[in-house]
Amino acid sequence: MLILADLVRGDTQADRVVPPTGFTARLTLFSAAAMTFLAVFALALSLATGRLAHNWSAELARSATLRLSASDDQIAAQTQAALSVLKTTEGVESARALSEAEQQALLEPWFGPDVPIADLPVPQLIEIIETRKGYDAEGLRLRLAAEVPGAVLDDHTRWRRPLVRAASRIRTLGLLSLALIGAIMAAMITLAAHSALAANAQVISVLRLVGARDDFIARAFVRRFTLRAISGAILGLALGLGGIMLLPAAQAEGGFLTGLGFQGWGWIWPFFLPLLAGVVAFWATRSAARRILRGLA
Amino acid sequence: MIELDNLAYSYGGGELLSEISLRLAPGSFHFLTGPSGAGKTTFLKLCYGALVPTSGDVTLFGQDVRSMGRNDMALMRRRIGVVHQDCQFLDHLPLVENIALPLMVSGRDVAAEAQNLDDLIAWCGLSHRKHALPPELSGGERQRAALARAVIMSPEVILADEPTGNVDWEMSQRLLQLLVELNKMGKTVMIATHDLALIRAAKSRVQTRVLRIANRRLHLAGADL
Repeated sequence: MLILADLVRGDTQADRVVPPTGFTARLTLFSAAAMTFLAVFALALSLATGRLAHNWSAELARSATLRLSASDDQIAAQTQAALSVLKTTEGVESARALSEAEQQALLEPWFGPDVPIADLPVPQLIEIIETRKGYDAEGLRLRLAAEVPGAVLDDHTRWRRPLVRAASRIRTLGLLSLALIGAIMAAMITLAAHSALAANAQVISVLRLVGARDDFIARAFVRRFTLRAISGAILGLALGLGGIMLLPAAQAEGGFLTGLGFQGWGWIWPFFLPLLAGVVAFWATRSAARRILRGLA
Repeated sequence: MIELDNLAYSYGGGELLSEISLRLAPGSFHFLTGPSGAGKTTFLKLCYGALVPTSGDVTLFGQDVRSMGRNDMALMRRRIGVVHQDCQFLDHLPLVENIALPLMVSGRDVAAEAQNLDDLIAWCGLSHRKHALPPELSGGERQRAALARAVIMSPEVILADEPTGNVDWEMSQRLLQLLVELNKMGKTVMIATHDLALIRAAKSRVQTRVLRIANRRLHLAGADL
């Protein structure tokens, strides 16, 4: 905290002794802006995939489908038998047979709106909603096999798990990208700081001649690079948020891509990026300055 | 104050200085002379800890330079004012800030010392140039500014390396007068120069001791100077 207070308050006398250096100033500003711009998208990706994994997990985990295939004269009886079994199954909150219109709506994307569903051997679907505690899927399967032969229980586990796993991995990759972006920014700022310190070897020599301690010299460079990195990061943040806002709004049809962005409290996270850039720049420049000053001793 | 005890200094495989012993007493005025390349600048650098001897000891204000860390050395530099031959200014700062540099690096409030700073600049005859950048100054102005910077912390010792090397006779006399005045204020002064006329001029104004570096060793110069 003391370091941060020193940084914000600054030392106008120390700031004056370092000459303005065009190339390294621009390099630091550009690196911080570009890396923060990328970090905004990595963060958005990470948060969006996190939401997606949570939604898929939450929405699909509590629902299941029972599929009944039987001849026309048997299907009504089979449906009633299945509903009776489900009604007495612990962990099942509700169960209802989908109407013909609902089944037609499900088939519509593949067969069009005029599909004569009554003439097709379409199985009857029963939607099952679980309680929070859930039911014993294997026990239910055994009961159904005994009482409703031909009923197939699909609890979505088969395809839910890989989707959630994929979303979680994308989220991890997003976080890893953020760490890599931070590391690259640190490396570039270190290079810029090295370059600035090497270019100012004569200045350092004069400062030492008149009795400057290494801390004083390092502070002058560190503060300058940290403030430049924060300025660049603010610029990158503005551009990144502008880019995010230009993306289409989240739509069900758009699936994952249109949901890429921030929602609710998630909008706060990118505003920490300039602070993070400042911390990265501070440590990178400080360690570079100490190393160079030791070498120039 | 500054003590050199049987020191030797080698550079690039060759011995530049050898068997040198000297004690600078408080308030003394020394000239260091010798041919170009004899090692006058090296000798001065050994005197303010910018170089460490190959053998022998250098003691600055009671502390062995070998035992001093970088921070100790920084504090030591505030007690020894150095005037370099090439002045060594920060070219992006105006003259007044270059002169105030020792105050700035030691954390003293320059604004609070503005009057002292102005008096010092006036004493060096640079009031009309205080806002000029170093590259805009003449050789004499640069040397006087370097002297002002060397004394602003009121050091106990002033080491000057060829302070009149790039100035005309009149300016060299003004610089010498400033150094003599500082010596009369109690400062220990050592000037490295090959300008014998300057040494003769000083002898008429202040009691001096003239040292000569020749054949890697330090000798007390004769009365012929």
